[in-house]
Order: sequence, then C-alpha cells, then structure tokens
Amino acid sequence: MVMKKRKIVINEDVCMGCRLCEVHCLVKHSKSKKIIKAFKGEYPRALPMILVEEKGHLSFALQCRHCEDAPCLSSCITGALYRDPNSGAILYDEKKCVGCWMCIMVCPFGVIKRGSEKKIVSKCDLCLDENVPVCVKNCPNEALICVEEKL
Amino acid sequence: MVGKRNLEDNFKKVADRDYRVPSGCAVMGVMSQKRKKFTGRAVMKAIGVMRERTNGLGGGYAAYGIYPRYADHYAFHLLYDDEKAKEATEEHLEKNFTIDKYEAIPTREVEAIKSRPLLWRYFLEPKGMDGSSKDDFVLKAAMHVNRNIKGAYVISSGKNMGIFKGVGYPEDIGRFFKLESYRGYLWTAHGRFPTNSVSWWGGAHPFGLLDWSVVHNGEISSYGINRRFLLNFGYHCTLSTDTEVIAYLFDFLVRKQGLAIEVAAGVLAAQFWDEIGRLPEEQRKLYLALRMAYGGALLNGPFSVIVGCESGMIGLNDRIKLRPLVAARGDKMLYISSEEAGIREICPSPDQVWMPEAGVPVIRRFESGGENG
Amino acid sequence: MVKRPVPNEFIIERDEKKCIACQACVRACSYDVHTYDPETDTVESDDSKCVGCHFCEALCPTKALRTVRNPSAYKENANWTAEVINDIVKQAEQGGVILTGMGCDKGQRNYFDHMVLNASQVTNPSIDALREPMELRTYIGTKPDCIEIDYNENGPVLKTKIPPQLELQTPILFSAMSYGSISLNASIALARASAEIGTFWNTGEGGLHKALYKYGKNTIAQVASGRFGVHAEYLKSAAAIEIKIGQGAKPGIGGHLPGEKVSAEISETRMIPEGTDALSPAPHHDIYSIEDLRQLIYALKEATEYEKPVGVKIAAVHNVAPIASGIVRAGADFVAIDGLRGGTGASPKIIRDNVGIPIELATAVVDQRLREEGIRHKASLIVGGGFRNGADVTKAIILGADAVYIATAALVAMGCTLCQKCYQGKCNWGIATQDPYLTKRLNPDIGARRLVNMLRGWSFEIKEMMGGMGINAIESLRGNRENLRGIGLMEGELKMLGIKPAGEAW
Repeated sequence: MVMKKRKIVINEDVCMGCRLCEVHCLVKHSKSKKIIKAFKGEYPRALPMILVEEKGHLSFALQCRHCEDAPCLSSCITGALYRDPNSGAILYDEKKCVGCWMCIMVCPFGVIKRGSEKKIVSKCDLCLDENVPVCVKNCPNEALICVEEKL
Repeated sequence: MVGKRNLEDNFKKVADRDYRVPSGCAVMGVMSQKRKKFTGRAVMKAIGVMRERTNGLGGGYAAYGIYPRYADHYAFHLLYDDEKAKEATEEHLEKNFTIDKYEAIPTREVEAIKSRPLLWRYFLEPKGMDGSSKDDFVLKAAMHVNRNIKGAYVISSGKNMGIFKGVGYPEDIGRFFKLESYRGYLWTAHGRFPTNSVSWWGGAHPFGLLDWSVVHNGEISSYGINRRFLLNFGYHCTLSTDTEVIAYLFDFLVRKQGLAIEVAAGVLAAQFWDEIGRLPEEQRKLYLALRMAYGGALLNGPFSVIVGCESGMIGLNDRIKLRPLVAARGDKMLYISSEEAGIREICPSPDQVWMPEAGVPVIRRFESGGENG
Repeated sequence: MVKRPVPNEFIIERDEKKCIACQACVRACSYDVHTYDPETDTVESDDSKCVGCHFCEALCPTKALRTVRNPSAYKENANWTAEVINDIVKQAEQGGVILTGMGCDKGQRNYFDHMVLNASQVTNPSIDALREPMELRTYIGTKPDCIEIDYNENGPVLKTKIPPQLELQTPILFSAMSYGSISLNASIALARASAEIGTFWNTGEGGLHKALYKYGKNTIAQVASGRFGVHAEYLKSAAAIEIKIGQGAKPGIGGHLPGEKVSAEISETRMIPEGTDALSPAPHHDIYSIEDLRQLIYALKEATEYEKPVGVKIAAVHNVAPIASGIVRAGADFVAIDGLRGGTGASPKIIRDNVGIPIELATAVVDQRLREEGIRHKASLIVGGGFRNGADVTKAIILGADAVYIATAALVAMGCTLCQKCYQGKCNWGIATQDPYLTKRLNPDIGARRLVNMLRGWSFEIKEMMGGMGINAIESLRGNRENLRGIGLMEGELKMLGIKPAGEAW
C-alpha cells in the first residue's frame, strides 16, 4: 500500500490522444486483468476511470483529481466515498453505495461515472496497490506524471 | 678479414627502415653542469649494468663537447650501405658545404660485432645559403640525404657533438667506436630490445638532428599524427622509427616556435584538461592555449626519453608514467637512467635520488662559463 | 492501356485474435491507413497508404500489428529493381521529379565497414577507460601559427590572443536540420541535449525560433543561400556561424521545404509567406567565386565583432580537397563537409543517390591536402554524412576530422524509422512535420533525454576504443592513421584513405 501522498499531474502539451491510458485503466479494473480477455472475453466489459478530453489538436487525459476540498465527499449520504489518510486519495466502498448519484452531479470535473450494469459508481482509485498508476506507466509520451511526497 | 661478408645481406633491409620495430630498452644520461669533461667509460659502464633490458640488437651513444677543435663546424656522422651511397652523399655535401675535414670514424675490431656499414664523419661549414638560417639549411641538407640518397643516412648533424650507434650490445658498440678516447661533458646512451631478428644500424638510438639527440624507451601511440603534424610545418619523417618525431618536435617547438624547453616539454606531455582547469589564471590561459594549438604534438603512449641539446639535458616521462625513469645528483653531475642500479654503478652515493613525476620534465642547463677545453 | 498502380512497399498484418479494436492505431496514423467500423467493431487497414513508419506498431497495446514487406514481387533483376521500375511508372503517370527524404540508401561502398581499428598489447599497454582519465575534449576554431610567450619573474605568460573557439566535451555535434524540415519540439530536444552534454546543435537554414534563443550558447547559426531567418539578432545570439554552400544529400542544389510544411510559425521564423514552397537558390547569389566567399566570411565576422568562429559547410564532391583548401585560405575558422550519405528532409531522389562522394574519402583527402599545404591548423574540420555509431566517429577522427556532425542518428534516437517520407510533412513520430496534432507526439523532455543517452553511450565507446589503442587524449587519435587498416579495399582506395591493408604492421 502506498504510504506517500500521491497526485497525477497532466501535461497537455504532449498528450497525443492515443487513449492507451483508457485501455490500461480498463484492464486494471477488469476481472481477468489480461488485456485481450478483458476486452473480448468479459461481459459486461469493465469501465476505464480515465477519459481523454479533446478539442482540435488539444487533448489530455482526465481522471479524479482527489480534490483537497472534495464536493463528492460532502455529498455522499452513506459514507461510501471516503479519504484514505495515507495517500490522500478519495476511495470508494462499493458495499455502502446506494446509487443515489449525488456525487456524479456535484463533481466539477465530471470524472465519476455510473458503474456498468450496477447502480453504483466507479472512479479513479490512484492504483494504490501499484508502484506507479497504470495510466502513468503506460502513457507513451509522459503526458501523465505521478508525483509523490513523503508525509 | 673477419666480418667482411656481403654488406647487402647483413644490416640494412630489415627492421626499422622497412618494418617498424618497437623498443623496450635501457636509457642513460650523464651530464656535468659545469661542462667538466669525462670519457665515455662512465656511461658505458652504467648502460652495461642494464644489460637485461637489451638484447644486443642495438646500442648507441650521444656525446657533447667532443670536437673542441672544430667546435663551430657542423659535425656530420654518416652511415653508408656501400661506396655508391658514399659518393652520392659526398657530392651533395661538396655542393652545399665547405668540408674542412673528413675521415672514417675510428673503430676497433670487436668480436661481437660481425658486420658493419661504412662510417664517416665530416666537419662542415654551410656555403652560399639560400636565405634560411644556418640551422634550417643544415636540417634541409640532412633530410635530403636521408630521403633521397639510397643507402646513406645522417646519424648526427650537430656542432661539437656526435652520435655513435649500431647493432650490438651498447658496451660492445662503445668499445667498437673507442669511446674511451673521447672527452665530453654530456653523454647519453641507449640499449635496445627490438622484437625483430636483425636490426639496422641506423635504427638504433640515439636519434639526432642538429644539436638534438634523443634516447627513448617506449612506443609512441600518437606517432601517426605526430608525424603528420610535423608534415604541416615542413618536417619529413623518413626513418619509420617513432623516436624521430620526438627530436623533430623539440626542434620545432624550441628552435622554430621559440618556446622555452620547460614549456615545450609541457606541450609534449601536456597535463589533463581538468588539471589545467585547476591552475592559477595566467598559467591556465597559457597551457590551455598551448594544448589547443599544439594538440598534434602531444605524445601519447608509454615513454621515457632523455634528450641532449646544446643547452643541457632533459628527461621526460609520459603523462601516466608507464616506463621507468630515475634521476640523481652527485659529484656535481646530473644522472638520469632507466634504473637506479645504472646510476649507482658510476656514482655509488649520490646526494639525491628521485623519481620524476609523470609528465614533469627534469631539465638541467649548463652553467655559463666553465671548462671548455 | 491498363494502368497498373505502383504496388505499395508495405502491408499491414493484423492478428485478429490479438486486436482489441481499441482504435489507437486509427488515431495514430496520419496517413489514414487504419479505419474503425462500428457496425462490426473491427479495425481495417488500407495497405496502399502505409509508408512503413511503424508508429501504429509501436503504439498497439497487444502487439497485434506487423509492418511487412509486400510479397507481391517482380522477377529478380539486379539492374531493373522494383524501385527502378516503380519510379518509371510514377513519372510516366505524373511527370516531375521524384522526391525523397533522409540519406542515400543505395549501398555505394561504406568505407567505415571496411576499416578496422588497432589495439595495443605487450609492447605498449592499453589504458583502462573505466579507471583512468580519457580525454575527448575538442576545440573548434582556427589555431594560431605560433604561441608567443612573455617570460617574466612570475613565470611564463601568454602573449598571443587566441582566436574564438568552441569547446566541445565530446567530438560529436548535431548537424544542421532546419526548423521547418523538423518540428519545434525536435529542435528543442536537440538544443537541450547539446546544453546538457556540452556540445552544439545547428539551426539549419530555417532561422532560429524565439523559444530557442535561450540555447544560444550551444547554437551554431547557419546562413544558407536563401538567407531564411537571417538578421542581426540571429547572428548575435549564436555561438558560431556556418555559411552553408552545400549539403551531402543534394550537392549543387539548395534546400527544399515544401509548402505543406510552411505553417504560421515557420513563416514568422523564416520571414516568408505561409504555405509557399521554400526553395533555396542553388548558389548563394552573392558567392560566385572564392573571393566572394572571403567577403561574406569577413562580413559576418565584422557583424559579430570577431567574437565567434565563422565556418563554411560544403558537400563532399570530386574536388573537395582544393575547394576546402580555398575555403581555409579564405579565412574560415572551420570547414564542415557533408558526405554522400548525408540526410535531408526533401531532395530529388536522383540527386541524393548519385551526386557526391562518401565522407570517409573526403575526410582523408582534405586532411592530407591541408597538411601538405601547411594550413591544417588554420581551420578545424567537422565531417558528417551518415555516421551510425561510435566506431564510425572514431574512424573519421583517425582519418583526420576534428569532430563529427550527426543528424540521422539523432532522429533515430528520437523515434525515426527512416521511412523516407519527411517531405510529406506527415511524420507520425512528430519529427518531420509542423502539424500540431503530430508535433505533440515528440515530447522534448524525452527527446533530449534519449539524445543525451545516445551521446553518452557513444562517447564512452570512443573512450574504450581509444584506451584499447593505448591513447588517453583524442589529440593523439586525430589523424593518426596508423590505427586503421583496410579490409577488402583496392590499392587505389587504400591510397586515397592513406591507410595500410590489414595484416601490415607499422
């Protein structure tokens, strides 16, 4: 488990809109964790928690910013969304979620999604069980950078 | 007569002229700063001690102050393969010089020296010069003989000095040339360990040019570029021995470019860039400029050299000291040698013995005045 | 007649079992090779557009793609190769001159592959590059005829004023690639890498973009026949100036930048209208003779107050030795020579492949000629034209070069796969393009990092080879042809290179 504050920083100058971050995020959150099986053998297909926004030649990949002053935390009626004190990430307890979708409505970045086939939500979890989040690791052009600081 | 075989077979076409021969060797230098003269016996004894460093395929000596009666003449020592070479050379010399005296270099029979070339010496004054300095004129004449006259080779061309060398152990060469009968104030000596079977008389050390004489233990890795660097300034290296470039480089840097000997030595064994960067401001600017301008003169590869010249004696090692060189002072003399044993053979208790540092020259000049007879 | 379209060189093989239809390849390809069909949820590939750049292959997350040579073949024919036949078809179809990019690929003798290096043993110890100092520092600029020294009580002091020099920590520089032929990100990567390593990059004939002025200390500003982007600020900001007379990829003609690559920023930097072809004139129209060149050299020296080295770049041609001699006597501080295999962003293919001589020969004859004339010290020699690795660099230095210019190798370090389509301006790797969708793909941080890695690797290789030869300073390697031997070369070639055949000792 990660014991440092972790943040993902975006460098939109070098994002090429290839969407490989979406592919690998999906695989990470799939059942099989294997790329071909995750895409062609799982139903329903897992959802990526990151999305590439594009306008003209400008593009960048956006995921939950794990805001210091997070509206989604205050909006959650059951406490399913909570902050992990070690990494500073906003995490999500599936069992407590009742699918009210208040968090989706208040998020200013629109990075919380309706879960596929479930009434509950899915959002970026900063890949706390990995040394480096998979979107950062697999970005071919270093448009996503992971910054960590010791507490 | 012993040793009168066909000269063709024996000493010329192999080794240095046609194949480059690397040298492991012994070097020795003895100098009296006050110009007090002594015979060749001392230096013969000293080089004899270092016999293990040689294998009898080359030995030689340079002696300074040995021709007091012709002190202002250029003394040419010449080696000829045959009479034809001698005639062609003498014709060239007669055209360009007044020959005030000439004779065969006196030698004695030595058991170990089986065959020998013709060895002659001439005391010359340049005549009708072409506008260049006397030294340049003489240099050109010597280079002409070496390049263009087949079978002739100028061994030394300095004033009041001479080089004696050939194929054989240095002690034998010394006896062959009767060096005990000469008196000089600076003697250098060399013994060779070439890796070919037969050597060529001209390929032994010392190598000489005007007043410069060089004995060298080592192999110059940078030879290819040193030679071409010199070409840029009009020096043609003709003898495929790397020692040649050392003599030419000293002549170029000191005589033509006017650098002090210490500075010239600092060009040949230049300090590392980092070291230059740490010198005080003025020195740093100077040595940076020297290394930038004279990069092609840098000597790379292992070497110990002893250089004799009309102002004194120089001992120098390569920048990372890959060959031995020891210096000593005693009896008002300076000794430089490959081995301390060589020095102690002729000076058993020197006042001071030291190992010169890598790339740092040992330079001693003659004191002005002093005995000159 | 039945028109036969020229068969494409490459076809795309897609492993359907592995393809996950993520569409990365669709987004990747600027030539529109791949398309996604939402009805069948599959990706299809149109081979006829593929240029073989391997970008889609590199990106594919499941390695489902392979770029393969099109097996559709003509009967084997040594003289009438597929390329020769296809070129005729193209010209019959459209007329005009066939363009291409990068350097000559026709395989005239590469002398580097026929020269081998020495190593010292027994009589002369080799030097351990891992543990001993090994010096690669190089100074580019004219060296004085002699050094005058004042000897006073404090010791010797330098009297001669040393002319301006460029200090290089390694004998490798980045050769001219104009902003226009390559993207701004590529130029930034080159500039940053030069600053980090301690060497120099060259602006080429595209002028200097505002964002690059801060790298001026490591910049060589080129003044080419079109004089694109040449103004006082430009000259003053650089560390040295290079007058470009010719380049190896197209001796005798000027630079080409097709209109497709002239964007707004290019237009501003080069001072030409947007979208117009930038065709540099063949000669400088103020240099028709050596006297004219001398005039320009001194005009530039005056303009920069004699504080910067001013050099001249020429292509390697038959008379390169006398030309170089003339240039040195005209006052140039360095002569840059670009050989037959030099690269380019755009050139007529027929000229790229048939005009000029290999750099190895040019280096050898120029170095020898300058030494014979006694003027070798008056100008440094920088050579370029298809250097592929540290061994090529070492061999060129042994032949006599002071330093080596690389460009193709630098682009390969940044992703280039030599598809030779630079002139189209659609480089998928973001190098030879101005399209903002594509230029993003070259992250200048990554580019600079990779260039620094490559130069460090090459520099260490050179040090190891030098140490192996018993040499610890590059001045002793430079021009030291005893360290090279030829293999499989004819006598005339050995003579031209000034080296002995392998097997012969000193």
